[in-house]
Amino acid sequence: MNKIVQSSEKGAEINRRGFLARAAAATLAVVPGVTLSLYGSQASAQVNAGNRWGLLIDVNKCRSDCNSCVTACSNENGWKDTGNPETDPQWIRKVDLKDLATGREVSLPMMCQHCESPPCVDVCPTGASFKRADGIVLVDKHICIGCRYCMMACPYKARSFVHEEVPEEDKTVNAPRGKGTVESCTLCVHRVDRGDIPACAIACGETGNGAILFGDLMDPNSEISIQLATYQSSALRDDLRLNPGVRYQNR
Amino acid sequence: MRSTPQLWGLLVLLGAFIAAAGAAVLYIEHYGHIVTGMTNQVVWGVPHVFAIFLIVAASGALNVSSIGSVFGKQAYKPTARLSGLLAMALLIGGLAVLVLDLGRPDRLVISMTTYNFKSIFAWNMLLYTGFLGIVGAYLYAQMARGVPSFALKSIGLVAFLWRLALTTGTGSIFGWLVARPGYDAGIMAPMFIGMSFSFGLAMFMLVMIGTCTMTRRVYSVELRTRQARLLGLFVAVVLFFSGIQHLSNLYVAEHAAYERFILLEGGIYTLLFWGGQVFLGGLVPLALLFHPKLDRKKSLVVIAALLVLFGGLVQLYVILVGGQVYPMEIFPGYAVTSSFYDGTIANYTPTMREFMLGFGGIALTLAVTTLGMKFLRILPVNLSDANVDPSGLE
Repeated sequence: MNKIVQSSEKGAEINRRGFLARAAAATLAVVPGVTLSLYGSQASAQVNAGNRWGLLIDVNKCRSDCNSCVTACSNENGWKDTGNPETDPQWIRKVDLKDLATGREVSLPMMCQHCESPPCVDVCPTGASFKRADGIVLVDKHICIGCRYCMMACPYKARSFVHEEVPEEDKTVNAPRGKGTVESCTLCVHRVDRGDIPACAIACGETGNGAILFGDLMDPNSEISIQLATYQSSALRDDLRLNPGVRYQNR
Repeated sequence: MRSTPQLWGLLVLLGAFIAAAGAAVLYIEHYGHIVTGMTNQVVWGVPHVFAIFLIVAASGALNVSSIGSVFGKQAYKPTARLSGLLAMALLIGGLAVLVLDLGRPDRLVISMTTYNFKSIFAWNMLLYTGFLGIVGAYLYAQMARGVPSFALKSIGLVAFLWRLALTTGTGSIFGWLVARPGYDAGIMAPMFIGMSFSFGLAMFMLVMIGTCTMTRRVYSVELRTRQARLLGLFVAVVLFFSGIQHLSNLYVAEHAAYERFILLEGGIYTLLFWGGQVFLGGLVPLALLFHPKLDRKKSLVVIAALLVLFGGLVQLYVILVGGQVYPMEIFPGYAVTSSFYDGTIANYTPTMREFMLGFGGIALTLAVTTLGMKFLRILPVNLSDANVDPSGLE
């Protein structure tokens, strides 16, 4: 593609130049679609049942006054605070806790817990809620009918319904979003599929807190597996036996 | 049914409600659900209350038909067609409200072509469409000449079993939700069956009384009183199931706080539960339906049936909305705060648009029923006491 574009820019003669310009325009129009489908197939090829992606959140390292993971997720995926807190989507939120018995106060991020047995997937009538082989729970935006049964079923209140039109300037290729459908944390699947780590984990690391650790729960040599094997951790709503991919330490 | 100014006037009135519902739907679809009272905390609101109310009543409205053909009570046979027609109309009205509230109603075809069979919602799509098919066939068999009685009885039995499955499925929408303390109860399925008996019969009796008044037909006092007493029994059954539901929840320590909310400290939800569901929708109709002078006063039956329907809507509101406004306990033993309303009782203020959609569903039900009665041989010619064989009631 670059060669054609460069040639057309140089332009040796009028006819040739015109032809090449049209060819370049056509190529530019087609390439994003091809790239998207190639990217999609590459991404699908990388989904491996031998991986289970997860997060380990060290609550002791999470500061109550820090919101950097939320901001990073919002910027990465295009969901925004529009001043309507009851209807605005929140893929990740900070929750402040106070132990009623001891008075100990902690703060932690909450997002989709990427359960091994996700209730949202069980109840979705069309199969739009689905779990990838590598454990990431997603919404297929093409077949979500907006019934919100998954939101009724999720024990973590991790999902949001898009209550109004998504402004053009908020749309990003990282996460397709649309009015009338349900959405939640994708574990930054677009980044994970290219070998990167989720935006929240990066942002948390950059603050120096380092409370969010991302990794492969199936790889015994990964940092997350070593941490889980060494220190006590817990899952939220463990009584439901959903085996979430997000774990918390020092809660 | 004759074409009278009253009939066309009724249809115009119902048409106005349906048009208002259509306008509400277009408005909501254009601007998104932001223009409703529903939020990320209360994701199902008034439209769902109406939709589920109509769907539950649908299966119950078929009871009169079932009593006639499955349980062999001759006196119920003349009104069996109306029972079948009303059942289909109620389901159509309920489903219309349900699908028009979807975030993407334009994708309805996906819900009919792409199934996740682990979802009770997906099963319900099949149960609902199957119900329309089976009751339609049942109605046809009742109206066609020369259908052998065993065939009619068989299809009546299938319809009866199907309707039990349908209400089980509807109750299980909530019963199988483990996440929320207000749901997660297997008793929802039988309770919804009891509710369907009650709401369906109340709706049937009101339509029957209204139609007979409008068309100057006679509705046997004996039959009406029998059906009213049966309605009283169903009202008691619903109160019983509701009582057991709350008592079992009270026994589970982790659900005690939720019960305290609904039964004692929930403000409008507590008021609706005790005042709307239990008193006005339960105890008052019970007193009226077992009133010794019930056979002499049609108005008692009408008031009781209206109260049963009101109580039904209130009950569903308390179950649906009360179950959502109460926060999920993700962190037991902690005081919780967040920007996403964790740990706080959520607000829900339904908008007029949601009520317009709900009332549109009721109007659609009544319009379908009226048109069905107008163009099909649905109504009995004479249902006076003299024409009702008392032995057929036993």
